[in-house]
Amino acid sequence: MTDVIAPGTTETEAPGLHLPPETDGHGPSGTDGHEEHGHEAHGPTGILKWLTSTDHKVIGMSYMITSLVMFYLAGIMAMFIRLQLTTPHASLLTFGQYNQLFTMHGSLMLYLFAGPFAFGGLANFVVPLQVGAPDMAFPRLNALSYWLYLTGSITMLMGFLVAGGAASFGWVGYAPLSSATSSPGAGGDLWIMAIALTGFSAIFTGVNLVATIFYLRAPGLTMFRMPIFTWNMLVTAILILIAFPVLTSAMIMLFCDRHFGTHIYTAVGCHAVSGAAIQGCGSPLLWQNLFWFFGHPEVYILALPFFGIVTEVLPVFSRKPSFGYKGMVFATMAIAALSTGVWAHHMFTTGAVLLPFFSFLSLLIAVPTGIKFFNWIGTMWRGHLRFDTPMLFCIGFLFAFLMGGVTGIMLASPPIDFATHDTYFVVAHFHQVLFGTAVFAGFAGLYYWYPKFYGRMLRENLGKWHFWLMFVGFWVTFMPQYVVGLLGMPRRVASYPSNLGWESYNIVSTVGAFIIAFSFLLLLINLVVSWRNPVPAGNNPWDAHTLEWFTTSPPPHHNYTHLPPIRSERPTWDYNHPDNLTVPHGKDAVHVKERVPVG
Amino acid sequence: MRVEALFLLFLGVFFGIVGIVYWFWSYEDGGGMMLLGTSLLGFLPGGYYFFWHKRFHGKRVFFWGKSTGAGDRPSDRDDATLSEGAGVIEAFPGSSIWPFVLGMGAFLTVLSMVFGVWLIFLGVPLILTALVGVTAESRRGGHI
Repeated sequence: MTDVIAPGTTETEAPGLHLPPETDGHGPSGTDGHEEHGHEAHGPTGILKWLTSTDHKVIGMSYMITSLVMFYLAGIMAMFIRLQLTTPHASLLTFGQYNQLFTMHGSLMLYLFAGPFAFGGLANFVVPLQVGAPDMAFPRLNALSYWLYLTGSITMLMGFLVAGGAASFGWVGYAPLSSATSSPGAGGDLWIMAIALTGFSAIFTGVNLVATIFYLRAPGLTMFRMPIFTWNMLVTAILILIAFPVLTSAMIMLFCDRHFGTHIYTAVGCHAVSGAAIQGCGSPLLWQNLFWFFGHPEVYILALPFFGIVTEVLPVFSRKPSFGYKGMVFATMAIAALSTGVWAHHMFTTGAVLLPFFSFLSLLIAVPTGIKFFNWIGTMWRGHLRFDTPMLFCIGFLFAFLMGGVTGIMLASPPIDFATHDTYFVVAHFHQVLFGTAVFAGFAGLYYWYPKFYGRMLRENLGKWHFWLMFVGFWVTFMPQYVVGLLGMPRRVASYPSNLGWESYNIVSTVGAFIIAFSFLLLLINLVVSWRNPVPAGNNPWDAHTLEWFTTSPPPHHNYTHLPPIRSERPTWDYNHPDNLTVPHGKDAVHVKERVPVG
Repeated sequence: MRVEALFLLFLGVFFGIVGIVYWFWSYEDGGGMMLLGTSLLGFLPGGYYFFWHKRFHGKRVFFWGKSTGAGDRPSDRDDATLSEGAGVIEAFPGSSIWPFVLGMGAFLTVLSMVFGVWLIFLGVPLILTALVGVTAESRRGGHI
C-alpha cells in the first residue's frame, strides 16, 4: 500500500481548523486526539505489522526495544565482570569466559545499544516529527536498516552458542590478536559478520536521515530553525557516513586475513628492497589506523545525539529558549570535524604516530565542548527550573560528562597517556564519557519522549528513584577505577594479586555496579506500571517547544494532519503562547512583526 | 540548498586542509588517504547541492548576490507559508514485506561465510526475490 501525502495547512484551512479539541491547554489537541488518531488501523496488524511496517515510528520503537534488550544483556555481563574482579584470585569465571564477556559487553554496548538506540531509535521516531515530515525519506530502506541491525545483533550473540565461544579479543579487535591463529573459531567470524551487518544498517540509516532532513522539512522550517536534536542527528549521520564504511571494509579485510590467506594486518611475506625499505607485507598498525578512524568518530556518533537530547530537554524544563542556538550548532559541527582528525590519540603508545598533530587536535575539541557546557548552563540560568525526571537525568549528564571530559583532556596529553594507557584510569574515563552520554542523557530522552511514543506517562516517583540510585551508583562505580588505574591496575585482566592495594577499590566499584543494576530494575518496573495502569499524557505534557509536540500522542499514521506556522525554532511554543513569541535570532528578526499566530 | 551546500563544502575544505597538513607532516599513507577521501565525501554531495543552488538562483555568484532564478524552496525561506508546501510531497509505502525478506537473505548469506556455503542457496534467492519485489513494488506504487 502506498500513500501519497498531501498535508493540509493551518493557514489555508483556518479558521476551520480540523484539529482535535484542546483539552490540556498545551498544544492543539489532547487525549481525545490520541483516541481519534493514535489507534487508527492502518495496514496489517499484529506480528505482520511489525514484519512489514515501513512507518518510521514502528521502526524507531523496534530499534529502541531491541537496543534496550542489548543494553540489559550487556549490563548482566558487566555484573559478572565486576563480581569476578571484586576479590583477588577470583575463580567465578575462567580467563576465557572473562575475555568473552568483556568483549561482548563492549561490543553490545557500543555497536548494538548506544548508537542504535540514538540514531536508530530516537532519531527514527523523532526527526521526521521535528521537521514536519510524514515519514523518513526512504521508508523501505529504513525498514531494511532495522532488519540488518536485528540480524546483526542475533549474529553477534550466536557466538555464545558455537564451539569455542564468542569473540574474545576485545571490542576493538586488534590485529594480530583477532587473527585466525590467535583467535580461532566461529565466534570471531560471527563478531566480524555482525559488525558488517550493523555497519550497513548504520550507513543506510545515515543516508536516510540526511535525505529526510535536507528534503522533507516543512515550509518555513529553515536549517537554522531546526531543533538542535535534529541538527545533531544530521551531523551524526554525516559522521556515520564518514566512519562506518571504513569499519565495514576493515572488517571484510580482517575476515579475508582469517580465511582467504591474505596478510593485510600481519607482517608476513615482507621483503627488503633498495636497502632498508620493507615492502610486500601487511601491518597490524594498519588495523589500528582503520579501526580508530572509525572508533574515535564513533565516540561522537554515540555522544552527539545525546547532546541533542540534553539541548532539547534543558530549555523545556527551564521554560526558556536554548541559549546560544547558533553557537550550539557550530560547536556540534566543530566537534564532529575535529573528532575525525584525532583517531591516532588512541595509538600514542605505539610510537608510530604524529604526537603533536593528534594531541593538538584532541585538545582543541575541548573548546566547542566547553561552548556547549556554557550554553547548557546559560539555558538554565535564571530559568523557571522544573526538576522532573528528564531534567534530573540531564543534570546528571552534565556532572558525569564533565568528569569524563576533563579526564579526556588529560589523556590527550601524550605524557599522561603513556603513564595511564591500558589501565583502569582509561576504563573509568571511557565509561564516564559514554555512561554519562548514552545512559544519563539517553534515559532523559526516554522519559521525555515516552509520553509522545505511547500517549501515557511514566511514573515520576519511580523515575526519580531511578535517577538518584543511578547517579550515586555511577560515582561509586567509576571513581575508584580512576584511583586503581593510577595505582597501576591494567584493564582486561581476569585476576590480580592480593598485595597491590587494589582490592578495596574493586569492592567499592562492585557495590556501585549493583546500585546501578538495581536502578535499572526500577525502570523496568516503571515501564510495566505505565503499561498496566496508564496515566494519559495529553499531547504536550511538558509544554514543550518543538514540532513533534504539536501532533497527537502517539502520532497518527504519517504524523500530521495540520502544522502550525513556523517562524522560529519553537513553533509549538509560539502556537501555544501567542503572547510570548520566541525572539528570533539573526536574519529572522526581519519577520518578527509578520508573525501572527493562527487559532 | 544554500546551507546544505555550504555545510558539505565546508567539510570538504576542512578535511582537505587537514589531510594536506597531515600528509606533509607525517608522510603516513593510511591516514592521509582517509582524510583526503573524507574531503571528497564532503565535496561530492556539496557540489551536487551547489549545482542545485545555482539552478534555483540563476546567475547569482556563489551563495551571495541577487538571485535571478526561481529562488529557494519553501523549506529554505524564513517567510514561507505552509500553503506553499501544499500538494503531493512524495509517495510513501504504507507497508512492505520486501525489506524483511531482503534482511533475512542478507542474514543467511552472511552466515554462509561462517557455517558453510550451503546457506548461500537459501540467502541469495531471498535477496534476488526481494530486489525484484521491491523494484516492482516501487514501480507499481504499492503491494504486489
